[in-house]
Order: sequence, then structure tokens, then C-alpha cells
Amino acid sequence: MGSRDQEQKTQNADFAGQAVATRDAYGAALLELGKTNQNIVVLDADLSGSTKTKGFSKAFPERFFNMGISEQDMIGTAGGLSLTGKVPFASTFAVFETGRAWEQIRQTLCYSHLNVKLAATHSGITVGEDGASHQSLEDIALMRVLPGMTVIVPADGFETKQAIDAAAEFEGPVYVRLGRSKVPAVMPKDYKFQIGKAYTYSLGKDATIVAAGIMVSAALEAKEILANEGIDAGVINMSTIKPLDGGALLAAAGKSKLILTAEEHSIIGGLGSAVAEFLSENHPVKVVKIGMRDTFGCSGPPKELLQLYGLTAANMAETIKESLR
Amino acid sequence: MQSILNSRDIGYLKERAREMRIEILKMLEKSGSGHTGGSLSAVDIVAALYFYKMKHRPDNPDWAGRDRFILSKGHAAPLLYTTLALTGYFDKSLLDSLRRVGCPLQGHPSSKMLSGVEISTGSLGQGLSIANGIAMGLRLDKNPSRVYCLLGDGETQEGQVWEAAMSASHYRLDNLCAFVDLNGLQIDGRCCDVMNIEPVGDKWRAFGWHTLSIDGHDMQAIVDALDEAEKVKGKPCMILAKTVKGKGVSFFEGKAEYHGVTPTKEELELAIKELS
Repeated sequence: MGSRDQEQKTQNADFAGQAVATRDAYGAALLELGKTNQNIVVLDADLSGSTKTKGFSKAFPERFFNMGISEQDMIGTAGGLSLTGKVPFASTFAVFETGRAWEQIRQTLCYSHLNVKLAATHSGITVGEDGASHQSLEDIALMRVLPGMTVIVPADGFETKQAIDAAAEFEGPVYVRLGRSKVPAVMPKDYKFQIGKAYTYSLGKDATIVAAGIMVSAALEAKEILANEGIDAGVINMSTIKPLDGGALLAAAGKSKLILTAEEHSIIGGLGSAVAEFLSENHPVKVVKIGMRDTFGCSGPPKELLQLYGLTAANMAETIKESLR
Repeated sequence: MQSILNSRDIGYLKERAREMRIEILKMLEKSGSGHTGGSLSAVDIVAALYFYKMKHRPDNPDWAGRDRFILSKGHAAPLLYTTLALTGYFDKSLLDSLRRVGCPLQGHPSSKMLSGVEISTGSLGQGLSIANGIAMGLRLDKNPSRVYCLLGDGETQEGQVWEAAMSASHYRLDNLCAFVDLNGLQIDGRCCDVMNIEPVGDKWRAFGWHTLSIDGHDMQAIVDALDEAEKVKGKPCMILAKTVKGKGVSFFEGKAEYHGVTPTKEELELAIKELS
């Protein structure tokens, strides 16, 4: 195999430019990490096929612990493993990880600042058909409120791969929010993820959309829609929600008349709240939010649900136009 | 005085337990707040662990070869602090600052604030899962250290305890030994009235644990049980220790009212007299 082919293969393993579900990128990232770092251990709560930790479990069975359907025990066990120098990744669906085991995350992981990584999949309404019981719309709020917790919401496979590597390197508890459905590639090929650093595509004279996760690609579409109508909108991918990149927000608030936040999460306590909290103290500017408006989701194909709850590019463009009027 | 660790002299261990009871009462009288009954009931167990069984180095709390102790019933913090002071982790005078602002001796143990504390506890039901995780990690590293965990009996009403009981057995954690301090009382009254946990031995056996039942104040029995636990292969060991809440002080013994109440100056004097 030539060196050119070799390079091509490496690039593919990084998911640059590839449409892929972030959970798939996570599974692949874990597998790579397992080869290079003997301290990586993985725990799952009977969902390894769905969370994509199964690949790791096959490759490194002695470092994989299926805890059965017991999320609270899984978090405590991950904490114990970290006390022996291991770097545990604990995975299940976001609603169970952050909801069912919230107090274990608070008391055992965060209060003692343990080096445990929570990589939760099936976040947001794009879980789809399984319905409201399985659609986590509160996890960012639940994790963001905990002292010492880092909260990351990658936008595509390429960013996920890098975020998982960064989380493994980072000392302390980290929450990584991942999704079930395939998402388009949105990050440029030379992008380098850093915890706490947002990626600014551009700042808009009229508005800047601050988005995270699957909403970044919709925000980029909204920017095009608005450009066609003579409205200058920028886009920021705020993939680390805690610690928030205040510098990027100040730059946007200094240039734009309006900030629109976009998240596949409740507008209470999530990205929109984090941005509004920061800007109201540091550079008051009008902040409008796109997200789930104090409601549960329901069953249906992801695409239809995004439309039903107003989480599309068209909704963003419309909201910006209305707010600028 | 330099404490002797790893002593199998029953007389010496009993003497240390007596000394621990006095220090616990003194620190609680001074702080005016803290958990008296559940600290006193588990003194003999913890004395046997720290002065006899566990490998540990008070001058090097993070020594990789140490055995680990997880106080799942975190409200017995005064017991843990007293043990750490008397084995030489820190100066005994620090015990006077229990529960004061800025003091490392928090109301419930905080591992970030006090070395010698393996992990912060206080919210009941979480310690056994942590102990399991440590036991798994040690085994991966082929580290022969052992893990000890102390639970309260009321604490076993928490569902997570039984998730962890299942996991320890499933993963055959024979480097793990847990105790339940069966003092029979919890804040609201007798365990059997609040939420019955019996038959407790049958439960742990059914979950696949090597289960022993002992008198938790019989030092010889505790020492023997710890030795037996070490020999068990392929399963975790549970030592069910029947105890008396407030043990050692006649007017505290067996009283749920003293779960979270500290002695007055007069009670302390009387208690020390009884223990001397």
C-alpha cells in the first residue's frame, strides 16, 4: 500500500468530510484510543450495540464492563475505576445517563472531581420513533449545573472523533452529547477541536447564530437562506457549552444586532440559557432562542419532528427576520 | 506514640477501639453536630481494619500498594477521622475542627479536602459501586491490594446497593470485602419498622456473596472473619456485623434519637468515665 493510500485511510478514520452519526464516530474513536492507551476502560448499561461501544468490547473484552440495566451502579463503578488510574468512558442513552444517575454523577464524580468521561448517545428529539421517554431534552442543563463538569456537544463525526480524544486527555469529568441519526459534515478539513474553543464560520452584521450539535448544519443553511434575502447572518459552532467561549460570544455581540441560539434541547438551561447568561452580564444584546419550548417530544421520523418543533433552517431564518423587524 | 499497624493482638485492638470511642465523643461534643450512634456502632470493625488487617502507610496515603477502605455510610465521618488521626495520617488536634468553615474535616468525608479519604461519601447507597470499580481496576493492574467497604443497615434500602451487589458477584470480585453495620436503627426508628431489610443474610447469599454473620463488637470474631474473607475465591465476601448503635456508652446504646445528636459536656464526662 502506498503512502498516499495510507494517508487517505487515516483521513477516513477521522471522519473529515463524512456524513456519519456522532455515535458511530464515538465508537470508532474509542477503538483507536483503546489501542494506544491501555488505561481506557469502557462501561455500558446494556446498550453497547446502540451506543457503539460494542466494537471496543470485542477488541478489548478485559477492559469492557457491561453493567446491565443499572445506570447508577455504572457511574459509581466508573468512578471507582478512575481511582485506580483508569480513564473510564461510561455510555448509555443521554436520558438515562444524566437523568437516572444524576445524583451519582454529582456526588461520586463531580464532588470528588473524578476523571470519568460520560459519552451519552441518543440525545435530543432526533432519537425519533422511540418517543419522548427516550428523547433527552434536559441533559445539557443537568450536566452544566454541576461544578467542574465539562460539557461538549460535537456537530459532526470529525469533531466527535477529536472531542473524544480531547476528553481522554483532559483530567476531570466530561460529558459528551452524541446523537443517533446521521449528520452532515460541517467542520472544515483543517479543523482542530479544543475544549472551550468555539468555531466561528463568520460573524453577521445583522445576526449571528450560535448553534451546537446537529443544529450547526441547519444554521449554515439558514445563513444561505438569509443571504438570498439580503440579510447578513454569521454562524458559530459552540461545541463546548461549558466552559463557554466568552471571547467568541463577545466578538459576535460586538458585531451583530441579534444573537440566535439553536439547540436540540430545552431552551431552559441549555445552550441558549448559557449564552444569555453570559451576554446579559458582559455585553447585553438581544438573544432569541430556537429549541424545545418547555415540552416533551413525541414519536416520529427525526426529520418530521424537527419540523414539528420548529428546529429547521427555515425556522431559524424566519425567527431572525421577525426579530430584526 | 507511634501506633502499631497490622497487630493481631486482640487486647491491643480492643484498647485502640476504646481510645477511638473516646476521641469520637470528644470531637462530637466539641463540634456540637454530627452522627454519634452510627460512629460508635462500627468502631470495632474499623479498628480491626486499620490496626490489624489493612496494608496502608499513613505517611504515604496514596501508596499504590495500600488496601482501600470506602466508608459508604459517610455519616460515620467522625469514626473515619478518628481512625486516620490515631493511625497517624494527621495530627490529633485537627479533630477539634470537625465541621468548621474551611476545615478539611467536613460533615461527610471529602476526598478533595482530606488525604486518607479514598472518595467523598455521604449520599447513601453509592459506596459499594465505587468499591467494585476500584476492585476491578486493581485486578486489571494485577495489583494484589484489597478493597473494604462499610455500609449501614438502613443504607441497604437504597436500590443502588443491590445493583452493586449483583455486579460484584457477576464480576467475581474476590478482592472485595464488605461489612453491613447491623445496628438495627435508622433516623426514623427501627429498620424493621421503617423498611424491613430482613432476611438480610439470605439476601446477600442469594446475590452470590460469601456471607458471614458475626457479633460486630467481638474483636476476635471480626479478626477471624477478615482472615476468612481473604481466603474466599471467585466471589465477594460480605460480613454481616450485628452491632449496637451508640455502643460503649450505656445511655446512648440502642437509641435512634442519638443517630444525629452529639453528647453534652456532662454526657461526655459520664461517657469517658464508663469507657475508662
